[in-house]
Amino acid sequence: MIDNDFTENLLGQFDTVSKRHHEDCLTLDCKESAISKLLLHLRDEETFDLMVDLTAIDHGESAEVRFSVVIHLYSRIHRDYIRIHSPCADNDSPSFPSVESIYPAANWHEREAYDMFGIEFTDHPNLKRILMWDGYPYYPLRKDFPLAGIETPLPADDVADVTEASVDPAPMMGGPFVASTNGAMSDSEPRAKDESWTEELEKPQ
Amino acid sequence: MSTETVEINVGDVGARGAEAINQNESQKMALNVGPSHPTTHGVLRLMMDLDGDVITRCEPVLGYLHRGDEKIAENMTYNQFVPYTDRLDYLSPLANNVAYAIAVERIAGIELPERCEAIRVLVCELARISSHLLGMGVFGMDAGAWTPFMYTFTEREKLYTLFEELTGARFTTSYTRIGGVARDVPEGWLERVTHFCDNLPKAIDELEKLLTRNRIFIDRTEGIGEVSKEDALAYGFTGPNLRASGIDLDLRKDKPYSGYEKYDFDVPIGTRGDCYDRYLVRIEEVRQSLRIVKQVIDNFPSGLWYAEDARKIFAPPKEKIMSSMEELIQNFMIVTEGPQIPAGEVYFEAENPKGALGFYVISKGGGVPYRLKIRAPSFCNLSILEKMAPGHMLSDITVILGSLDFVMGECDR
Repeated sequence: MIDNDFTENLLGQFDTVSKRHHEDCLTLDCKESAISKLLLHLRDEETFDLMVDLTAIDHGESAEVRFSVVIHLYSRIHRDYIRIHSPCADNDSPSFPSVESIYPAANWHEREAYDMFGIEFTDHPNLKRILMWDGYPYYPLRKDFPLAGIETPLPADDVADVTEASVDPAPMMGGPFVASTNGAMSDSEPRAKDESWTEELEKPQ
Repeated sequence: MSTETVEINVGDVGARGAEAINQNESQKMALNVGPSHPTTHGVLRLMMDLDGDVITRCEPVLGYLHRGDEKIAENMTYNQFVPYTDRLDYLSPLANNVAYAIAVERIAGIELPERCEAIRVLVCELARISSHLLGMGVFGMDAGAWTPFMYTFTEREKLYTLFEELTGARFTTSYTRIGGVARDVPEGWLERVTHFCDNLPKAIDELEKLLTRNRIFIDRTEGIGEVSKEDALAYGFTGPNLRASGIDLDLRKDKPYSGYEKYDFDVPIGTRGDCYDRYLVRIEEVRQSLRIVKQVIDNFPSGLWYAEDARKIFAPPKEKIMSSMEELIQNFMIVTEGPQIPAGEVYFEAENPKGALGFYVISKGGGVPYRLKIRAPSFCNLSILEKMAPGHMLSDITVILGSLDFVMGECDR
């Protein structure tokens, strides 16, 4: 487990790093510019040699810093995790220095964060979408992206030309997420057809 | 002498993979495998360049099974998300259920009674056995041995019958709730698990007779897909794949959860980190899981199977809802608003059959998570493919993929 000495020592060496309230594992705030130095130190000097996760958070359009990157490291010697929060510069076109050269595992995680949040990882060797298709115009995990999705052209032009199909938003009405706000509540409940009687509609015999 | 570039498509709509052809290197052949191909165990697509029979470039393309689970999680209450965890690693849904429930319980600060923890350990280990049985069976198949698959599938089928009895479903179990499990173990179920566990070693021995000392199998797997200790760590390997490379990281030992520290078991590790080692590690893990299951059943605690102090989180028993006002209101609140979880952030990883399955939950209070990141072991285990595959023969790629034992449902989320 990580003790207080470790934390004090670490904070003493980095003036760009500060501790934040944490419940499960040591959580640090780190300036974007110092992230590479901090990770190198943690990997080489403090045995945090396994990067288990790298992800991003969207704090909402009105937030002062909209996007931040969160990194989880694990040390087999300390048998504990460290979590590092780091804010992304520029809310409109966020960017962050790639840490792929320090932890190769970050390669795909950064691609995923780029795909889902639109964060540009500078100096990433192969920054392109990983879960959505190339050329997809939106960033789905941003808070302003609707759950149902947005109508988008089909990724295959040749198929789209023939079928005139597009990628449509998912039908949500009556599903587990939303109930209709128009009319009686019982109209919008997910029910099998033969049971959907209401005050106006009599129960079928 | 110059050879013309030839385009071969394996799989169905994979035709577009040929875009990747590099016209300047006419000696090489572009080969597209997948996304729908028996080798790729789901919908993984590989774009490869071949020089004769040797792979010179291998680029995995993911996302064909992307369903946006993390987005969905931000829009539903904590308990509603449990069925979605079934569909991550759909070969061990019970272990996913448990990992997710523990992550949320850590935020909510819920202490579980012993019986509940024991049930969870039991189902996790049974899930591990079923996942490894399938993993080893199809691995044999990938290496050209059909029969072992039939042996392991028969055993796995027996397990699914047990799962059905416990949870009501064979595959999509949705067994845990925040603060407990859906229901107690049925009457006589533990005896039937014991009976299964008594007979399983025989089947494993048979599997070993077919594979472990099989000359053809060894020739196809030994020294293939070697991953060094350093690479395994750098690329974020976890689970049996990491241990096969010789690193003894097992979260059940190193960061015990759900009472794993009470059980006595060994962690097998490999030496070379090749496909054969990954197979051996899985075989041994099944035997160790059986040990844990036996210990759980021998000391099965009595008591409640849900946390009673989590009144605002765990729905009250059905009988009480029907007869008592207080419980009815409580049930109504939990169903409509979801269990109220305090603000905070927690990262929890569980040692799943495929590796460390992590849930990073950020709560701002209320019944819905603000952000839920799923750290999928299959996703991390696959990222090494770009580095590992080049230099191998084309026929080795099936064995390598089989030995990594990934599930695309979890990889793409």
